[in-house]
Amino acid sequence: MRSRSRSGLRRERLSVTGAGPVGPYRLVRVRRGDLDPGEPGQFFMLTPRGHALPRPMSLCLAPPGELAFLIDPVGKGTRALAALEEGDEVDVLGPLGNGYRLDVDRPLLVGGGIGIAPLPYLAERLGGAPVVLGFRSERHAKAAALLPGAKVVVDPVLVTEAVEPARDILACGPEPMLRAVARMAPEAQLAWEAPMACGFGACYGCVVELGGHLRRLCLEGPVLTGQDVLAAPDATEEAAAA
Amino acid sequence: MILNGSGCLDAVAAPDVAQALDIFVTKTVTPLAREGNAPVRIAESEVGMLNSIGLANPGIDRFLTESLPELARLGIPIWVSVGGFSAPDYGALCERLDKRDEVAAIELNLSCPNVEAPDGGVTELVAVARSATAKPLYAKLSPALPDIAAVALAVERAGADGLTLVNTIRGLSLDEKTLAPTLGSSTGGLSGPALRPVALAAVYACYMVSQLPIVGVGGVESGRHALELIAVGASAVGLGTILFREPGAPVRVRAELASELASRGLSDVAEARGIAHAQDRALLPV
Repeated sequence: MRSRSRSGLRRERLSVTGAGPVGPYRLVRVRRGDLDPGEPGQFFMLTPRGHALPRPMSLCLAPPGELAFLIDPVGKGTRALAALEEGDEVDVLGPLGNGYRLDVDRPLLVGGGIGIAPLPYLAERLGGAPVVLGFRSERHAKAAALLPGAKVVVDPVLVTEAVEPARDILACGPEPMLRAVARMAPEAQLAWEAPMACGFGACYGCVVELGGHLRRLCLEGPVLTGQDVLAAPDATEEAAAA
Repeated sequence: MILNGSGCLDAVAAPDVAQALDIFVTKTVTPLAREGNAPVRIAESEVGMLNSIGLANPGIDRFLTESLPELARLGIPIWVSVGGFSAPDYGALCERLDKRDEVAAIELNLSCPNVEAPDGGVTELVAVARSATAKPLYAKLSPALPDIAAVALAVERAGADGLTLVNTIRGLSLDEKTLAPTLGSSTGGLSGPALRPVALAAVYACYMVSQLPIVGVGGVESGRHALELIAVGASAVGLGTILFREPGAPVRVRAELASELASRGLSDVAEARGIAHAQDRALLPV
């Protein structure tokens, strides 16, 4: 687990430079402005117009001068973000949280469903890496186009069946998949997800149970190790972080 | 003066946001450490947000040894919000804080909708706190009180030095597909734009009966919103939900408030305070 205090939060209103479908998802590209793309696995808070709260989105791609986010329109907020079109504006705060460590020898990228989102930027920053992706349907599997050359499995085949535990696994996907990967490879780096109101430690909304305690994912993660996730409660540790 | 609403900012995680405030109010500290409520803890509604954090905090011991020294380094006044489950809890918390120079004031959280209400009436809790500390004491009241002005007057008589109006109000949201409650604890505290007229009414009512300074909190997103709270009687304004999506809000709201005041020929907050009431009186028949 890595915690760090944060300063220099940066938020800008950015214009959308383009948006298009990727399978059932939508890739929304915005002008980068003065925001830093950050490390793969870090996230940004995007506020849909007319909504009280922003939504956390990991960076999918960092084309020159742009930031690109892959949106799964599953709720009101994500539907509003997926509806963004060229010329629209959106408020973006970030980058936030702790991303993947890139100092790995034999990387293997593992994605499940919309968990593919941070992997294209991660693959780019690693200078290429083998990728295994699992999807629940052929329609969802169209998103694999974001990672040419990836091995793709579709339900009922599970992505974990295609994972080599001996490699340095960097994964993102639904919680059952991440827990399965953690059991196979405790050193694996896993990008976790939780609803968040702020993304910078203020709201205490995004807690996940780590080592038997509820901790803020935005500060401790979102990238955790398998050990963080599987750790038994530590009796010497006190309750919630200050 | 611009503060944060208690529980809406972690000044250690985001020191630059805290330093843009005139005063930082801590998350509520309780006698013992609390993990808080099980997730899901936040939900959005069309009119704001719901939270059920459940007063997650390290407890007073760790707060005093670890958090408070870090907060003191921010270089801005620190108000410590305290909460308990009985009058002795409030007394003990205030006694501990009374000894610490880093604490500029104590805010009594008498109104969290996400935990069991403390035993003892609000007035008794304030009286016990008063006897335990010489620090300025602010009583944070719930907008769900049937007669908030009567309670404001009672806590003033019990020794409060100020009022913080208002806390969140209990609400519920349902999952779009399953129709099950979204939050892990079912209900939560509603904040954001929906709370704005509620806070205005509470400040309006309390200003009419109480001489105390009032921190107005509830759905403030702009200088205009801050001005309205001041106009009904607030002497300072707290920012809450807006901080989550816009951590730079203190700077923007302060600048907007300054131009709102200037455009009306008002020199400062003190001059604007309560002007909504002056206009009421002007309309009264002679």
